Amino acid sequence: MKTLVYIDHFKGEVQPASWEALGLGKSLGAASALILGSGVDAIAKSAFEHGADEVFVADDTALTDYRAEPFASTLSAFASSQSPDLILFPTTARTRELAAMSAIDLNTGVLTDLIGLEANGDEIIATRPIYEGKLVEKIVCSGKPVIATTRARAFPKPEADTSKSGTTTKVEVKADALTTVEGYSTSESAVNLGDAGVIVSGGRGVSNNPSLQPPAGMDDKQAELWRAQQGFALVTELAQVLGGAVGASRAAVDAGYIPYSNQVGQTGKVVAPDLYIACGISGAIQHLAGIRAAKIVVAINKDSDAPIFKVARYGVVGDLFVIVPALTEAFKKKLGK
Amino acid sequence: MKIIACIKQVPDSEAKVKAEGGKVSWGEATLVINPFDEYAVEGALQQKEATSGTVTALCIGPESAKEALKHALAMGADDAILVSDPALNELDTVGAARILAAAIQKIGGVDMVVFGRQTLDNGAGITPAQTARVLGWPMLGLAGQIKVHAAAGSVAVERVIEEGRQNVSAKPPIVISVVQSIGEPRYPSFMGIRKASKANIPVWSLSDLGVSAPQSIVKRTELMSPPAREMTVDIITGENPAEIADKLADKILTEKVL
Repeated sequence: MKTLVYIDHFKGEVQPASWEALGLGKSLGAASALILGSGVDAIAKSAFEHGADEVFVADDTALTDYRAEPFASTLSAFASSQSPDLILFPTTARTRELAAMSAIDLNTGVLTDLIGLEANGDEIIATRPIYEGKLVEKIVCSGKPVIATTRARAFPKPEADTSKSGTTTKVEVKADALTTVEGYSTSESAVNLGDAGVIVSGGRGVSNNPSLQPPAGMDDKQAELWRAQQGFALVTELAQVLGGAVGASRAAVDAGYIPYSNQVGQTGKVVAPDLYIACGISGAIQHLAGIRAAKIVVAINKDSDAPIFKVARYGVVGDLFVIVPALTEAFKKKLGK
Repeated sequence: MKIIACIKQVPDSEAKVKAEGGKVSWGEATLVINPFDEYAVEGALQQKEATSGTVTALCIGPESAKEALKHALAMGADDAILVSDPALNELDTVGAARILAAAIQKIGGVDMVVFGRQTLDNGAGITPAQTARVLGWPMLGLAGQIKVHAAAGSVAVERVIEEGRQNVSAKPPIVISVVQSIGEPRYPSFMGIRKASKANIPVWSLSDLGVSAPQSIVKRTELMSPPAREMTVDIITGENPAEIADKLADKILTEKVL
């Protein structure tokens, strides 16, 4: 099997799931890496170290900023010239578009969000969750090449071997941009829950600390948001000690406690951390579907009947405002932080 | 601006979805407008108001999907079109994109097509970009904010991506997908619901679109329920919070997940 793996990066920072996809490609046979951007030598070097047999690079200032059209056109034209059996992408906001558009260009189909992939001769059978994890389907693609996007943390990441190196091959750039990038802002905290190994999440319960007295002059809604901020500060501290990301339930996002980019669950992100700590989250069916792939779930909730305890390995029935800071302290001590 | 909001009908997110005989079953659960598409309708209505434009809701589905279109009408869409044909039962995303593109071309004079980020059922989130590619229009994906600059003849969006925000603009006609930051979908008004209940929604068949049924490139071979989580929760107790936290931290450390 001949596989082409698209290495996704943002301003030179590679999505770790790119290497997972490369590892998957290698396990199926020959795997080349394809890198688009400008000034991407370091990424090319890293691609060799992560096991790429060949590294193809479209290095051009026209590709400095990701834009769907020139990236997709460059990729499709190159793929036509190479005729791989399989094109693999890690699943990110960018690659969803690229995989989608390349499939139109190459007249084939896309298998997205894969958690499993097996090759039976030259047929590829892919496994993916649907209905946000409530069901799992196996799918095949009758087009060639097969285009597939792998879900972060679903496939093992190959170890980098710094003794490996190679010479890159140039790829022709198709700079047919239809959009203009005006700039970037990071007004909200950038969150990548998909890649996170540890997630600490807060729910509606984070605003219920009765011992807090909001500053004078706030109306009820302002006071609620202020309480929620204090609650999320505790959640964030625990996440920081564990080197993890901060998540939230839909209820917390809908109430305006935290931006929706932090949302876990059916209408938010589906996550697959090794450790998921749910603080003040009751566990609506959508939220439980979103955390199904988590290895160890820990629930902290004052309602012992909360559905979250049904999927948890460990639970504490108690007040999150007391337990979470105590847990932060315990980990600080035990982890020597 | 002439705006199209593309929507889909899906089982309610509360539905207990199961695999039954290789098919998806959602029991008695109601079918609703895909929750992400409510944001698409909201985004489209915001631009209708900003530009004194019109919004047409467009949906591929069976006759029953008219209910989802009526929801869009009740929210404030001007009209609605259902594309329905028995040959479209096993549509993959490429097929859906080709049919939507054909319908958008047939409507004609369209400036902006708005999608939700993804659907609750398949959830691949790739139909918007595929529709844009078939049409040859720019794709502005995952928009949290849309601004039409009439003087410049361009549309700018703020894309919500993993790493933060990217500000991108393009000249219409364009395809946009929106995320929740676009704003909470408005509730249907009483007048809107009355109007929607009386609406006569045209149904277009494949022959109306002048296209043949697309062959599915991606096919399902197996459908399963995910392995059940056989969990017995270990409830940690103790004399005081510090003791509970200490025990819990030890338990977590023995799992070797940190």
